[in-house]
Amino acid sequence: PPAHSCNDWIGPPDKHSNLRPVIFYVPPEESPLERRLREARQEAQACDQRFWARHNRAFRQEKEEFIYSRLKAKGLEMRDETGQKATLNAEEMADFYKDFLSKNFRKHMQYNRDWYKRNFTITFLMGQVALERALRWLRWKKKNVGD
Amino acid sequence: GLFAWHLKNTGVRQFPCQFVHLCRVANDRLITFQYFNFLKRMYVTQYNKDLSQRAKPKSDSVASPFRELQQLDQEKKVIYKIRPISPVHQPLSETSSRNDRNELREIKSAAEIEDSASPLRAESKEDRQWKEMKLRLDDLPGILARLSKIKLTALVVSTASAGFAMAPVPFDLTCFLLASLGTGLASCAANSINQFFEVPFDSNMNRTKTRPLVRGQISPLLAVCFAASCGVPGIALLTLGVNPLTGALGAFNIFLYTCCYTPMKRMSIANTWVGAVVGAIPPVMGWTAATGSLDAGALLLGGILYSWQFPHFNALSWGLREDYSRGGYCMMSVTHPGLCRRVALRHCLALIGLSTVAPVLDITTWTFPIISLPINLYISYLGFRFYRDADRRSSRKLFFCSLWHLPMLLLVMFTCKKSFLEKEDKGDLLGESHGRAMEIRLP
Repeated sequence: PPAHSCNDWIGPPDKHSNLRPVIFYVPPEESPLERRLREARQEAQACDQRFWARHNRAFRQEKEEFIYSRLKAKGLEMRDETGQKATLNAEEMADFYKDFLSKNFRKHMQYNRDWYKRNFTITFLMGQVALERALRWLRWKKKNVGD
Repeated sequence: GLFAWHLKNTGVRQFPCQFVHLCRVANDRLITFQYFNFLKRMYVTQYNKDLSQRAKPKSDSVASPFRELQQLDQEKKVIYKIRPISPVHQPLSETSSRNDRNELREIKSAAEIEDSASPLRAESKEDRQWKEMKLRLDDLPGILARLSKIKLTALVVSTASAGFAMAPVPFDLTCFLLASLGTGLASCAANSINQFFEVPFDSNMNRTKTRPLVRGQISPLLAVCFAASCGVPGIALLTLGVNPLTGALGAFNIFLYTCCYTPMKRMSIANTWVGAVVGAIPPVMGWTAATGSLDAGALLLGGILYSWQFPHFNALSWGLREDYSRGGYCMMSVTHPGLCRRVALRHCLALIGLSTVAPVLDITTWTFPIISLPINLYISYLGFRFYRDADRRSSRKLFFCSLWHLPMLLLVMFTCKKSFLEKEDKGDLLGESHGRAMEIRLP
């Protein structure tokens, strides 16, 4: 993002986590509340990024392993004559999906709790910051009108 | 679904979003672009994905942020249930006419003339750039429309209108408009909160990764404020302008959807049943808005919509099992596939039963079960095929059938509505609102 910008910038989805990274703008006179908000958002971003990158990587890996083991059981190679990667149909993959979901259930429960907590905290902080900024603007307006 | 097949057969891989974008650039047909944006389905089916899974990791180059299937239904309005977030439950409905079809064909052919790769690249390139997180006022309507899932909301309002229309009371236009508006606002609020709760999950699903909160087009705070500014007036309108019962139902539905269904999606497969109730409530609200009380007719209408949700959703979810599994959503199609199909079939058959009950309750004449039997039998047949075959093909057939089945059923129901005054001609029912000197609105 350009140096003169006064806003946050959001980027394309990350390769592993599919989440969009945000570069936060740090205003020169950042109030303590604003700093708390920014830090909370940064931390949340890092947490989410870690979780999803790891989770998606695990998914892909386990999926590959599953396909490999199934193909082996069927006596097929990973690649057929044309060099294309061998595949399994949706019904065979269904077992894997069911398994993966139940294996990760607890992990998701934990993440859900954390995510809801973070989401509410950040949104509430945003509200506080907005209020603070509005009051500041009103005070500035009053001061200017007075001059 | 005819147009969709046409698309597939011509090998068009990505949906005309790119084509539309190209069209906009090439022909400056802004209106078309906006219109198609509006028509775009929120639900994405991985239309082009073949049955087999490739054993290589998902490539990063997501050429198209959207993989949406657009189905042009001709005159019929396709009614979808309210289930915004769930990838499967996305609303799919559009009201379109033959003209749109022709337009789409034009656009498609225009695009095909150009190098087909460049529009895709242009679109994905735009998506890959860093964007400033500043809210532009002229973008706001579009963003809010997507946030509130305006198309789904429209469908919800139309099911509520169907409930209103079926109520055996004189038609009161003011009441009807207030009820529709209130329901629409409540639906917007519920959908916005839903999206607010599901940002990281939406980012990871193909169908939902283009949502405004995911893309950072709007801040969570603004989304919540928007939801509040729709929900509070909406419920107030229903409670004060229509009647307290409708208001209470509206508020309850918002609660059920945002605080029960949305979290439950990640906890237990029971979410589907809760979601079906959420979808069944709007017609009940329409009925109570008209009559002021919860009679058997309201419950029957709710019951029909409740049963409809299952073949609709279960068929839809069948194709999204991978995304659900990875995203951590607990859906029947992933964890209990047999149950998923059984329930879908069961409820298709229930629809036949419910249609037969309608004349018993004096809502419609006996022509209704007879006329609706063919379509109910057809969807049950597809439900049975889905149950037996359990493959992508049968699930898609069932899903697309459910899209036209519901509007047709409601339409037939309305035309078979039992006149509450013997002298009245059935045809006069709609026009009489002007003729009525005294509208007796029940408290």
